[in-house]
Amino acid sequence: MMTLRAGWIMTQRELAHWARQPWTPIFGLLFSIMLLLVFGFLFGGAITVPGGGDYITFLLPGMLALSMMFGVESTATAMANDARKGITDRFRSMPIGSSSVALGRVGADMANSAVELFVLILGGLLIGWRISSDPPSVALAVVLLLWLRFAMLWIGIFVGLSFRGDGATMAVQVLVWPIGFLSTAIVSAETMPGWLGAIAAWNPLSATASAARELFGNPTGITSGPLADGAVWLALAWPLVLTAVFLPLSARAYRRLRA
Amino acid sequence: MNSLTADGLQKTYGKTRALDGFDLAVPSGVIHGLLGPNGAGKTTAVKALATLIDVDAGAATVAGFDVRGQAPQVRRRIGLIGQHAAVDEILGGRQNLVMFGRLFGLSTSDARKRAEELLAVFGLTEAAERAVSTYSGGMRRRLDIAAGLVMTPAVLFLDEPTTGLDPRARNEVWQSVREIAARGTTVLLTTQYLDEADQLAARISVMNHGRVIAEGTPDELKRQVGGDRVTVTLPLRTPLDHVAERLSRAVGAPAVADDDAHSLTFEIGLGALADVVRGLDELRIEPEDLVLRRPTLDEAFLALTAGASR
Repeated sequence: MMTLRAGWIMTQRELAHWARQPWTPIFGLLFSIMLLLVFGFLFGGAITVPGGGDYITFLLPGMLALSMMFGVESTATAMANDARKGITDRFRSMPIGSSSVALGRVGADMANSAVELFVLILGGLLIGWRISSDPPSVALAVVLLLWLRFAMLWIGIFVGLSFRGDGATMAVQVLVWPIGFLSTAIVSAETMPGWLGAIAAWNPLSATASAARELFGNPTGITSGPLADGAVWLALAWPLVLTAVFLPLSARAYRRLRA
Repeated sequence: MNSLTADGLQKTYGKTRALDGFDLAVPSGVIHGLLGPNGAGKTTAVKALATLIDVDAGAATVAGFDVRGQAPQVRRRIGLIGQHAAVDEILGGRQNLVMFGRLFGLSTSDARKRAEELLAVFGLTEAAERAVSTYSGGMRRRLDIAAGLVMTPAVLFLDEPTTGLDPRARNEVWQSVREIAARGTTVLLTTQYLDEADQLAARISVMNHGRVIAEGTPDELKRQVGGDRVTVTLPLRTPLDHVAERLSRAVGAPAVADDDAHSLTFEIGLGALADVVRGLDELRIEPEDLVLRRPTLDEAFLALTAGASR
């Protein structure tokens, strides 16, 4: 009860940040929309989807998954900032548990990402993306996307707590790009050289992107391989694995602040 | 009863012994100064007492509770004001205080009431709605201290609270700290500024290399470094070293020369003042200034920490 209440207070803190500085989340959204436009219209004309299908329709679920993955950056930055400014120490000197601090982060970041998802879906529909499936599938797609974001949260908390200097957030900011692009989020793995395609297919991001495509009834760009039959299962499993690894690591990193 | 006790605290970071047998006993309701050069272990000591870090060995209690076994009870009774102004810069002052109050378990309306009281006490009512990032250094520090007082803690830790503040803001913080102690809160204050400890603290522990090397009231510490001092400021045309040699023979004590002030200082008892005057007379020197004074805390501190390094 106390944990939940403290977690909610921490979430409210983040929501108050938005009200105070609305430009920060708005800028994040504009960035995602810009990426969507760059890939959809600038590069999109030169890209064909294996197995056929419109590129915008192929791209959009991938962009949704990509933006969930990029969320790791904002989580890590927020954690590192609080640690650097001594706010984490103040929380730690108060009678509130580490789970409350984490819960606040979860509440705030998930709310932020849900809004982002909603805006990107609207933006996609405006530029010609179409959903051709039933509402339960659409709901499952959204849940799987947020599930990926949830896993990214723990990576972000772990990185933000473990490497508190500016270097850590910089590293995350740089690393999300190659990791994000080495997936099926933007292009099909089948257009890549064989070995690279294999790596991309095993990227957790690819599982979520492919599952979202399948569930939205969009072209998947996949004709064979594990993603052809089991994308939804992989999109459930990958974030579970990541959470199982990074949640305990985050808890450990928080405890290690006492070392 | 002692509000704060520490018995042989040890804490090692790699090869650095941050705490090396740290002892402390602070009675309730007083301001205790923790003084030491950079790297002496002051912040580590505060963090250990405030349950932020685990020590390797030793025992400590805060408000009667063991910092290792009863950390939650300790946390309900302390306020920590660290070296950074640990407040949310994006939020306003009022939002910060309400948030911390609610995190301590106050209802929203109680937290609001408490926030208003604290804003008034710390002169922040007018700035309450503004984002903290627009506050001056002194205002930020005052808000930081207010945030540490939301629950009227039994023990308040202040880690170098006036570092980087201008003299006026420093005075405001000092005034706040005195008022806090007057209401019965025990304060552990770390500082590098000796005048700060001299002004505020009833007793001082001087720290170096992770342990306490001297403890007492400011006056006791000053007395530890010896007797009174006579400082003679000479006219600029008088050669300092020449006079130093002859005068110290007359006084029977070595002279400490200060080239900038063009002065000589002798560590002597009250009776030796006459020797200085006689010596000057013999040399036919008319001093610009002649002062008899007690040793300063700076001198005590330098003597103590220099002795421990050797």
